[in-house]
Amino acid sequence: MRRATTMPVFAPGWRPRWGSECLILAAGGVYFLAAAPFIPGLASWENLGNLLSNLLPLLVIAVGQTLVLIAGGIDLSATAIMAVTSVAGAMVMRGVPGHGLVAALAGVGVMLGMGTAVGWGNGFAITRLRLPAFMVTLTSMMFFSGLALWLTQSQKINGLPAAFNALGGNLAVELILTTAVVGLTAWGLGRLLAGRWLYAVGHNPRAALISGVPVGPVVMAAYAFSGGAAALGAVLLTGRGETGDPVLGRYLMLDVIGAAVLGGASFFGGRGGVGGTAAGVLFIKLVDNSLSLQGCSHFTIMMVKGGLILAAALADGGRRRLAGEDQGGRA
Amino acid sequence: MIEFQGIEKRFAGVRAVGPVSFDLPPGATLGLVGENGAGKSTLMNLLGGNLQPDAGSMRLAERPYAPHGPAEAMRCGIAFIHQELNLFGNLTIAENLFLTRFPRWWRSPFIYRTGLRAEAGKLLAQVGLELDPHTPMDRLAVGECQLVEIAKALAGDPRLIIFDEPTSSLSTREAERLFALMAGFRRQGRSLIYISHALGDVLRLCDDLVILRDGLVAGRGPARDFTIPRLISLMAGRVPEATAPAPTPPREPAGAVALAVRGVSRPGVVRDISFELRRGEILGIAGMMGAGRSELARILFGLDAPAAGELRLHGRPLQGATVRERVRRGMAFVTEDRRGEGLCLEASVADNLALAALPAFARGRARRIDRPGLQAALTPVKAAVRLTADADGRAVKTLSGGNQQKVVLAKWLLTKPGVIILDEPTRGIDVGAKCEIHELIRALAAAGTAVLLISSELEELTALCDRLLVLNRGEITATLARAEFDQARILAAALPGERSA
Repeated sequence: MRRATTMPVFAPGWRPRWGSECLILAAGGVYFLAAAPFIPGLASWENLGNLLSNLLPLLVIAVGQTLVLIAGGIDLSATAIMAVTSVAGAMVMRGVPGHGLVAALAGVGVMLGMGTAVGWGNGFAITRLRLPAFMVTLTSMMFFSGLALWLTQSQKINGLPAAFNALGGNLAVELILTTAVVGLTAWGLGRLLAGRWLYAVGHNPRAALISGVPVGPVVMAAYAFSGGAAALGAVLLTGRGETGDPVLGRYLMLDVIGAAVLGGASFFGGRGGVGGTAAGVLFIKLVDNSLSLQGCSHFTIMMVKGGLILAAALADGGRRRLAGEDQGGRA
Repeated sequence: MIEFQGIEKRFAGVRAVGPVSFDLPPGATLGLVGENGAGKSTLMNLLGGNLQPDAGSMRLAERPYAPHGPAEAMRCGIAFIHQELNLFGNLTIAENLFLTRFPRWWRSPFIYRTGLRAEAGKLLAQVGLELDPHTPMDRLAVGECQLVEIAKALAGDPRLIIFDEPTSSLSTREAERLFALMAGFRRQGRSLIYISHALGDVLRLCDDLVILRDGLVAGRGPARDFTIPRLISLMAGRVPEATAPAPTPPREPAGAVALAVRGVSRPGVVRDISFELRRGEILGIAGMMGAGRSELARILFGLDAPAAGELRLHGRPLQGATVRERVRRGMAFVTEDRRGEGLCLEASVADNLALAALPAFARGRARRIDRPGLQAALTPVKAAVRLTADADGRAVKTLSGGNQQKVVLAKWLLTKPGVIILDEPTRGIDVGAKCEIHELIRALAAAGTAVLLISSELEELTALCDRLLVLNRGEITATLARAEFDQARILAAALPGERSA
């Protein structure tokens, strides 16, 4: 059997040769080339480093969201998990005497553990209590956003251990950490049993169940992963800001979902992947970065970004129609 | 009435139909037969305005006819009753009937509900459905939904009604009711086009037949000139060995008991079901729609819990075993709902094939998939079901019904099941694929697999099975050995209100 025919087998989902990530990546490239001459400093090394360090936390969180979207769900609580783990981690680190490595490790452990636990709780409510994912994660978003503010009385928590701050403050550390997590996730989605099950559950949970897939545990694991990924994003951003922030990531939610959907994930499940999401994150952060260099306000950026995401989604829709992906006809 | 002149339709350059020419006299019933993919649906979609021809023309009642959409076809008096029902379960019967043209108070947006009920009642009476028009659709049985669909078509007082596989999900009695209705339409002078795989029905109901093969007319003429074997040979382009599947050669399925069922009950579904299924045996379950056959299969596979009774797989109890555990212990289930429960339609053929057997190919603590091993195991399975090798990367939804069903079967073959439950494995698939699936079932049993076969086709059951259970309203009313197979006897045991001797 030729290698060409065996390659697409067991690759994530079913994709044409020209996937969404290629189009979004190309759109990002075109945007960059077109904008670079007009925006001084956009192509400077310093700015590109800035761009990279800005997109890494978003990438981690968006990859978590991608897994939930593949399973056919949605996790609206990701940014609330960031906020609550940020303050919880900061409080633990302030409480541990010495402010050294031990405190940093305790802080990271608490944050990741808490994020995963909250995500698992979301998954439990969705699969075992059979509540709609939208309702569950919306209410947990409200609850944990509130909890983060209540715990801190809206105050930021300063004075975190230097070892902790280095995680998010050092681009090299951040890059290695993010690449490892994201790379392992991409590999796992394609090659591990759990990854293949996740796609099957997203495509058709009933068929998956009848084929012996443990649908409930798979979905719970996806939400737990998303919670853990949000917590890891919070570790990076909290370290960079050197403060436990009760409103950490409050504007990130739409970037997170936007990136995943631009990269080919679907609200109907079964589609999407780490590569696509990475391309989506790059596109969104590039637009963000270029507009703030222009001196645009946060609100202007929101409006322009909304328009550009819509345009990219339209272009991707057109591409899918051309590729015949959306035609349900049988041969 | 309707005349096709050199009609041709291509999809992405590939010819689906044509050039096709034939005509249908007014008031006549035309039977349209052909294997899946022969072009029947395409041709009818051209007639119904869902598609436009690439060449040729149509004439309706001696006038040129070129509809640009289903609405225009409907205005011209053509009604199309699709194989898959297009009804909304959350709305009432009346709302479904008048969805696009609710009676209103004058020209206001407010619905005139009294008028709606009266109008809907009139339409329902025409199809002999005695139900309150305000009954929610999802409380209706499949056969009743079909009648509502027909009532909806009648609202436009059509001159020509197209039935696309109307009986595939109906019980024998519901089908008879539909046939009586069709006879009524003929007396009213309406023309009918009847598409079906049930060739006996086609011969009985139709005046003229057109046989399609590969998009072309392979034969046509008055129905009395045809026999079932001749129809099949025209459809398949080859001479069939037999009309019904050849009977399984007599043999002694004296294997050990694979699945033992004792006193299984579930209120309102099945009552006190007991039987034993042996290795190498094909045990059939016959019964009318709603007799509890599929429900029993779901209980056996652990999708629904029995209220009472005991299940044993190879002598070990199955109590409390999840579907996943059952699959691991060698059970397999081909459901009747291929698209809804059997397949991940959007996923690739390869991913669908691998799904059930994946855990067996997961290595190490991380459960990494052994892809070369899986690939190697897939090759013989694909060969066994005669799936073309280049299908791997294609989305399953692009395959024909027959090939989709082969994917479902191959998925389970890969798990090397000890017990396989097949619920309507050949429903809605073409003759060729059907024969192949029959052979596959025999090969499975010959290799020692215990097969439980649920089917609405008596020919299929009597030809394939070693033993037959007849289910009637959730109870076993007859257990027949091969020597006792007799259609009349089976039907007598299966029909509600009657009991076999």
